[in-house]
Amino acid sequence: MPASLVQNESILAIDVGATVTRAVMFDVVEGQYRFIASGESPSTAEAPFRDIGIGVREAIINLQNIIGATLLGTQDNNLIAPSQPDGSGVDAVVATVSAGPTVKTVVVGLLSDVSVQSARRLAESTYSRVVETLDLSDHRRPDQQMDSIVRSRPDLVVLAGGTDGGASRSIQKMLEAVGLACYLMPLEKRPMVLYAGNQKLASEVQEMLGGHAGKLQISYNIRPSLEVEDLAPASYELASLVMKLRQRQIKGIDELNLWSAGIVLPTAYARGRMIRFLSKLYDSTRGLLSVNVGASATSIAAGFAGELTLGVYPQFGLGENLAGILQYTEVEDIMRWLQLDISPNTLREYLFQKSLYPSAIPATMDEQAITQAIARQALYLSVRTAQKDFPANARAMRTGLMPPLDLIIGGGGAVSDGTSLGQSLLLLLDGIQPVGILPILLDQNNLLPLLGAASSRNHYLPVQVIESGAFIGLGTVVSVIASASYGDQVLRARLTYSDGTEARAEVKFGGLEILPLPTGESARLSLQPLRRADAGLGPGKSGSVTVTGGALGVVIDARGRPLQLPSDPVRRRELIKKWYYTVGG
Amino acid sequence: MLAPVLHVLPLTTIVRERLLPVLGKVNARVNQRVNPTDIVAEANFAREHVLLDVARTFGISAVAADKLIRVKEGDRLTEGALVAEKSGLFGRSVKAPRAGRVMVAGGGQVLMEVGDTRVELRAGLPGMVTQVIAERGVVIRTSGALVQGVWGNGRIDNGLMVSLLEKPDDILTADRLDVSLRGSVILGGHVRDVETLRVAAELPIRGLVISSLLSSLIIPAYQMRYPILVLDGFGALPMNSAAFKLLTTSNKREATVNAEHFDRYSSNRPEVIIPLPVSTEPEEPNSYEAFAVGQTVRMRRPPHAGAIGSISNVHPGLSSLPSGLRARAADVKLENGETVLVPLVNLEVVG
Repeated sequence: MPASLVQNESILAIDVGATVTRAVMFDVVEGQYRFIASGESPSTAEAPFRDIGIGVREAIINLQNIIGATLLGTQDNNLIAPSQPDGSGVDAVVATVSAGPTVKTVVVGLLSDVSVQSARRLAESTYSRVVETLDLSDHRRPDQQMDSIVRSRPDLVVLAGGTDGGASRSIQKMLEAVGLACYLMPLEKRPMVLYAGNQKLASEVQEMLGGHAGKLQISYNIRPSLEVEDLAPASYELASLVMKLRQRQIKGIDELNLWSAGIVLPTAYARGRMIRFLSKLYDSTRGLLSVNVGASATSIAAGFAGELTLGVYPQFGLGENLAGILQYTEVEDIMRWLQLDISPNTLREYLFQKSLYPSAIPATMDEQAITQAIARQALYLSVRTAQKDFPANARAMRTGLMPPLDLIIGGGGAVSDGTSLGQSLLLLLDGIQPVGILPILLDQNNLLPLLGAASSRNHYLPVQVIESGAFIGLGTVVSVIASASYGDQVLRARLTYSDGTEARAEVKFGGLEILPLPTGESARLSLQPLRRADAGLGPGKSGSVTVTGGALGVVIDARGRPLQLPSDPVRRRELIKKWYYTVGG
Repeated sequence: MLAPVLHVLPLTTIVRERLLPVLGKVNARVNQRVNPTDIVAEANFAREHVLLDVARTFGISAVAADKLIRVKEGDRLTEGALVAEKSGLFGRSVKAPRAGRVMVAGGGQVLMEVGDTRVELRAGLPGMVTQVIAERGVVIRTSGALVQGVWGNGRIDNGLMVSLLEKPDDILTADRLDVSLRGSVILGGHVRDVETLRVAAELPIRGLVISSLLSSLIIPAYQMRYPILVLDGFGALPMNSAAFKLLTTSNKREATVNAEHFDRYSSNRPEVIIPLPVSTEPEEPNSYEAFAVGQTVRMRRPPHAGAIGSISNVHPGLSSLPSGLRARAADVKLENGETVLVPLVNLEVVG
């Protein structure tokens, strides 16, 4: 990269999560942008603090202590910007925010399987929970629909429907219900409204809702025609509306806005932007997947040939919504991941008690095991939910399997707080259950969304930071799909290192095997499946591929896809312990 | 690092906002002394609305319909009252389907609110009104004991507190509830069956303050018409010793149980207030402090969840925990003399 392409400005990136606030420094080292360091602090959006600025300053102070530079003024405790000749301060700030209550959303459209589905997908690209849906098949009277909206006390209304130049009368009826509902709500509680329907009605929407909505944003139609869905422009407008909502809900966002000259984005949106960018940049033929298991939500961002699928699921977040996971899954489905012998009731009470203290962390091994089991199920459910919205060209080879991917990037407290990198990898393998051969990275410092936000200021920074190895390579995973019984041999693998030496593995169905390959090295992996097993090269097909190393090396996961766990709890717990042992405990 | 404070205080100054859920009329004035049952504000609000589409009914334009509408915003209508009328050989009319108030009329339509519900906001605690928030409610200031909890069923009431608690891990069962407890606020331990909640409702009681509740009882607890305040959480948890000592020594005192929802983004937290007379008003408590040696703390998570102790050392940097994680941590000396290492994020200062 020519030096002239680097703007040479230091960037402080701040991520305000539901439980943790991070301050991250990016700066130019030897002509290239690098991740310098990260300082953390508990988040302070919630009571008793109720001002994210407190946690932000604590995180910056911790960052100052690590990098040995002064970023906050000693007198006024304000950010020093731009950077000074004495080395203090920063040149620019960007920020992402996932803290805040779940955004209660009303989705309004015409056809339940067309515009309503698109509006729902759009709503699910941020930290929202759909509390009410209105469409043409809704036979309630307009006043009943209106009362239903008022009763649901929404923070946000997403309105769609009508192809450009198409239906307008039906939408007008919906607009009336929404407008009157807004009118009936107290001024300070009126919802933000995003209109992304028939563009012919834009001025009418402005006239009908402009004076009543908390804030009205009109975007391009998300269904310009029946066959086309385009969420990208509207998702940008939605991100902007959500930040305006957060400004109303959370003290301190205004200051972040001021520091960052307005570059404050919802964390999941910024992560999605980065995945779309990487998917285009690396010309990914299959797909890139980013998963983040956090306190506010579990979010999934998948990029297939530059097309983004972004799903944000607060119902699968590990924070205050934790107990709500039981509305989507049985306790037994979480228990299947546990190597501990505890009762379903103990786990149920754990979920409710933990949701009272989202920022608390596991202090004992048993609690860590329970947290990891819950995170697995939250990830499993989130990936399966998001997968339904993957584009048509990202189909799995069989129902119940993931489509082939080029890369997975995992992150979020529950994933990166594994007590070992092996634990983190095993959680990702169990929750996602990828197929084929692919590397898995760990975004330990939650950099992905911050890079997405930083790309608003500087296009080179994200690429240079990623290429400098800011993520931890966990290893290359080979997933084996086979119709076999536990213990049957399904694969012979041989890893030929650059110095000519070899490592071999006879892989049995139901097991995990590791062939060591250090980070930064590559080697040739030869695979010879047995029993028509598919090790990523096709059923029964042998071959060799070049693989890259990582903390774990090459991990051959022959536990089957979908992963079959023994129904006998004693045997299952023994197996889980064995897998933990294989990846380093 | 900053520490959230859990209030368990024998005597403090308590300032609480009491607000209507909708705009209404405030009855109290600044410097007025109020009792818990005094109605400080009231409002009428409609749970339902009726939209009368005059233009469509008459098959005319909105502009033409507006000329036929006989009501205006704010009008109170009885059931069957005339809303709009079209004269002529086949004259037709639109009448109010239910009694209500006209909210808006125009565009060929009339929107009425119907099914008026009256909301009365009681003071909830005895004290002095220090501020009136126009059309919303009041701020009340009082002195007394304050114990905060972690969960409430959304109700508020007050009464004489009667302790049925002998030790922190007591279980409250239905057979301990008899008619002598009618109209009381009951202090109990762990509740594990719905029968206990039902028998308490049948007496009836004015409030239930307990250490813990089985999560399966959350839905029935919401259905009870008396406030239920959970101090320590879900599952079979004993009452934390600080709350146990304070509340069991306040037996037969008047108590307000405000079992409002724990709202993380506001200051609303479920609590019990025991008003006490004072000659000199104590200071208001801090809502957060910095962690420091000597502070009394409560552990939020296992293995000592709910236990009270005292910080003997705040470790610099990160410490390795038995879970394998690394975090800022402190040594806490428990009441049984044992010293344990606890991550700071799992602690709250008691004070």
